[in-house]
Amino acid sequence: MAINWFKYSSPATFYPLAGRISPWFAGAAAILLVVGLYMSFFVAPTDYKQGEGYRIIFIHVPAAWMSMVIYLVMAGWAAAGMIWRTRLSSMMATALAPTGAMFTFLALWTGALWGKPMWGTWWVWDARLTSELILLFLYIGFMALESAIDDPRRAARASGLLALVGVVNIPIIYYSVQWWNTLHQGSSIKFDGGGVQSSMTDIMLWTLLIMALACWLYTIAVVLTRVRSIILERESGSVWVKEMLQEKK
Amino acid sequence: MLAALWCIVQRDLTLAMRHRSDVLTTVFFFVIVVSLFPLGVGPDTELLRSMAAGVVWVAALLASMLSLTRLFADDYVDGTLEQLLLVPQPLALMVLGKIVAHWLISGLPLVLMSPLLGLQFGLSGDALWMLMVTLLLGTPVLSLIGAIGAALTLGLRGGGVLVSLLVLPLYIPVLIFGAGAVEASVVGMGADGHLSLMGAILVLALLLAPWASAAALRISVE
Repeated sequence: MAINWFKYSSPATFYPLAGRISPWFAGAAAILLVVGLYMSFFVAPTDYKQGEGYRIIFIHVPAAWMSMVIYLVMAGWAAAGMIWRTRLSSMMATALAPTGAMFTFLALWTGALWGKPMWGTWWVWDARLTSELILLFLYIGFMALESAIDDPRRAARASGLLALVGVVNIPIIYYSVQWWNTLHQGSSIKFDGGGVQSSMTDIMLWTLLIMALACWLYTIAVVLTRVRSIILERESGSVWVKEMLQEKK
Repeated sequence: MLAALWCIVQRDLTLAMRHRSDVLTTVFFFVIVVSLFPLGVGPDTELLRSMAAGVVWVAALLASMLSLTRLFADDYVDGTLEQLLLVPQPLALMVLGKIVAHWLISGLPLVLMSPLLGLQFGLSGDALWMLMVTLLLGTPVLSLIGAIGAALTLGLRGGGVLVSLLVLPLYIPVLIFGAGAVEASVVGMGADGHLSLMGAILVLALLLAPWASAAALRISVE
């Protein structure tokens, strides 16, 4: 059976759909989060090198993954909004930005908490840290531009363009900071995602994946809820919103 | 098409020469910001030499950003910009003309001033030369990327502050390579890698930025 995906590109049809499915995602996220947190605190074994302190990885790494994925998804929605001029696409980009910024901040924060006992310092100008900080600036710029423009259609298109420019910049930032870093301090502490993973036991890896999945589902649930509010706000003058609200009364 | 480009450049240069104080403000801002650092951190020669490249580059970033708001604002207010949108030549080309003029007015003076400021920080001949070359490669990128930000924030409340929020994160790669090249030459290592990457960034920006700024202008003016 072919599903007509474009049917749901209209806010009027997407609004009830999002309302129906977001509780499911929220519920699944809550269950996985409880399971994941239980596993990360009680099931996963103590690390032989880092002791108990390593357990912050189970929130730190998923948050860092989400911060990057959400930016790409946001830019994807912005591009879709510019290509097809669908209102919903730009609303999705708007709804994703705060969650992305939240995860970026969380990744930086937990990274600082992790860095203090392991590296002996809250912050180093390491490649990963700096590029994550720049990502936070990009999110903030996106949200600031959007809120500075009163006309929602112009706001959506302008911030969408900014998101796309930011995507071009992301690999450049990533590699430039690596270059710059290796030049200054050759033997800085390398935190390589691949390296950590390969040295992990299966149970740690599974816990990490469960936590990552929980973050995914949480993001979807939150974004769907937020996009419903945005739809109501932007479509407040339209007929279907009035009819729906009158039905509810 | 080249004639149209030249016409825009000439027009903007003429306008800038009629308001000479605007140009000078940018240059003096650059000089003052750079001069504040020795006052702030103390006159230790070794320390100053090691931070010279970073300080000059950050000051160049700020000075170039300061003049960005004027890039399209005057034309937007007096309606010239709408006429530019209507001309048969591609808008990206017109924007490129404005960017070239902006660089000649606010970027080139910084490049020319930089050896003098580097001398104040005790840089040697090679490093001074390298500072000039990196600024020569880097300041056009600042004007190109900045044009996107200026076009996006055209006619907004508090556009000047907003433009810094949008543009400064995008300036970071230029800053890293520019300051990195000078520092590499201070330490005596080769800076070729940095220069090649800066050239690549310049080419990429030259290719994409006028087009993106033109798209942003259309969004802002419509």
